[in-house]
Amino acid sequence: MKNVRVIELKESVFASNDQEAEKVRRQLKEDRTFLMNLMSSPGSGKTTTLCRTIKDLKDSYSIGVMEADIDGDVDARTIADTGVSSIQLHTGGMCHLDAGMTRQGLDEIGASELDLVVLENVGNLVCPAEFDTGAVKNVAILSVPEGHDKPLKYPLMFQVCQAMIINKIDVLPYFDFDMKKVEEFARERNPEIQIFPVSAKTGEGFEAWESWLREQVDQWNGR
Amino acid sequence: MTEGVTSMHELGVVFNVIDRAREVAIENKADQIDSVTLLIGQVSTVIPSYLKDCWKWAVKKESMMKNAELKVLTVHAINHCDDCGEDYDAIPHGKTCPKCGSSNTWLLQGNEFIIDEIEISDSES
Repeated sequence: MKNVRVIELKESVFASNDQEAEKVRRQLKEDRTFLMNLMSSPGSGKTTTLCRTIKDLKDSYSIGVMEADIDGDVDARTIADTGVSSIQLHTGGMCHLDAGMTRQGLDEIGASELDLVVLENVGNLVCPAEFDTGAVKNVAILSVPEGHDKPLKYPLMFQVCQAMIINKIDVLPYFDFDMKKVEEFARERNPEIQIFPVSAKTGEGFEAWESWLREQVDQWNGR
Repeated sequence: MTEGVTSMHELGVVFNVIDRAREVAIENKADQIDSVTLLIGQVSTVIPSYLKDCWKWAVKKESMMKNAELKVLTVHAINHCDDCGEDYDAIPHGKTCPKCGSSNTWLLQGNEFIIDEIEISDSES
């Protein structure tokens, strides 16, 4: 005879990932390692921004970079040229990284020996926002050519981020990009968000961004 | 967003659901999973029709759930206005309250992606 039972679960599909992410964060705290999850659309200048940030910070911190892409290793090679350790994580076709994949990456790169690890997430503003990777802080990069209405179209991304970098401000004169509006739209979703207008090409605005990042790393690592 | 990216997203979350369902079945010493019911908010990032396509493909690889049905219950998207207290449909009106015009509003429900229940069975007793 077939015995049928119904198990009521009422649990978020993301619950197990959230637990795994908390575990990752506890380990990072113990190891005094700061993990930053960097998210953006493809082509926003994530790798260029990261290379400049690394060059400015690598004398103060030991840094590692985990590049997450669906396939390929172009970004990992570019980062490797800056002299810090970098690994490529392949998501095997998936549009985001979850906490389990992040933990494997941290083990592989030897995160416990590093002060700062940057996770360059898959270029996409939707899916990575839903999966807590276990990062200490989430940062989104938006670039001027993408338009100032991005925070309206992808609200969750701007809700989960503690900071937003607005890249490519050197091309502001050529676009109808309203800096006041983008700030207003982002703060509507997240009143606490820190906003840093920069140009990864010229270096403009990097002082403010890097001083914020240093503060976050030092605070977490207890230096 | 392209369709390809969307279904990649759904495939990823289908694996999350399958893993959890299998765990629950094993905990409860069941041999088979007959159905899984999900609650999906209208403004969650998951699209039920893509989800069902991915489900059909993914469960075939699972010995415990080859014929498991995926049931989806939709949760209506409703915003609440802090200024006038109105609850209104989030999809046509967005952030702006249709009653008083305030944008001091927040999503009350509609972003859910929840496993509601799992129907399991075994052939013993």
